[in-house]
Amino acid sequence: MINSNFDKISFVKRVLTPALPVVLGYIPVGFAYGVLGVNAGISTLNTILMSIIVFAGSAQLMATGFFAQGLNPFSIIITTFVVNLRHMLMSASLSAHMREWKKVEVAGFCYELTDETFAVHSLRFSEGDTSSLPAMSINLICQFSWVVGTILGVLAGNLISDVKPFALDYALPAMFIALLILQVHHRKHVIVAIIGAVISIILWKIGITQWNVILATVIGATLGAVIETTSNKRQPAPLVEVENE
Amino acid sequence: MSNELVLLTMVGMGLVTFLPRLLPAWFLRGRKLHPFIEAWLKYVPVAVLAALLLPSLLVYDGQMNLSWSNLYLWAALPAGFTAWKTRSMFATVLVGMAVVAIARLVL
Repeated sequence: MINSNFDKISFVKRVLTPALPVVLGYIPVGFAYGVLGVNAGISTLNTILMSIIVFAGSAQLMATGFFAQGLNPFSIIITTFVVNLRHMLMSASLSAHMREWKKVEVAGFCYELTDETFAVHSLRFSEGDTSSLPAMSINLICQFSWVVGTILGVLAGNLISDVKPFALDYALPAMFIALLILQVHHRKHVIVAIIGAVISIILWKIGITQWNVILATVIGATLGAVIETTSNKRQPAPLVEVENE
Repeated sequence: MSNELVLLTMVGMGLVTFLPRLLPAWFLRGRKLHPFIEAWLKYVPVAVLAALLLPSLLVYDGQMNLSWSNLYLWAALPAGFTAWKTRSMFATVLVGMAVVAIARLVL
């Protein structure tokens, strides 16, 4: 019903508009990962496979260093787990929008749930575009661009090419700025955003560089929920609640 | 490390990445949640985007940089203004990238 509005917009536009900034950001970062991967001594095939099997930017970049140092597999896996645990919160927050989806669609979508795809979908879903096909198509395009970037990086090898003159390295930060601002609708959001951001950077500064995002998110969201539930209680209680008690 | 061991390690990495991405959506999606949890989940996007964004703007090469040389930080002002005024992700990305590219040419 809500989705019928979105059916009028062409499917291509509905998928490409949100995916394009992620693609712009993923190709150069995937490229950088590909260069680092082969320089770390990981085989060409394995470097590319990691972008298919893991698909997590910061963890993959970190892993190239670990493989180069010859860190044991168990430590690499545990560190990856910790670095990527924040996606739990993202998955939970999108869950309500996937109520009507098939199980295989949920699995396919979640396999490609990164910081960037989450940021895009949290806005799209909140605007009511919750059908599975465009959401999965966006994710597929994003991972495809990540793999393409990786392959280009692997081919370039030691020949480090500089993406800085084109400022492509700013595509993802700028996208996050837009997606954050577009989701701030009232003062409570402003408070939660400021608290989340400040706690995250303070924790980072004091050395908690792996858990800062999760902790800041939990504290920020809890604060938002507390403000919301207490401010609702102050308003006259609706009849339904009185009946329940 | 042999290529086979690297591949096995990557499969492990893939698994510990996929499960936290999947399980919350898998188990929560059909469920009626406590109103507090529902409110909490509504604030997660804003909180997590802000928590990811600020360090990405302030930290460069493992160091916190608040000086004028940190283009990421200062380009966030015109980019943020564009987002606020146009409500367009695409315009924001273009303005942000243009400001950074021009600043790098000029400075």
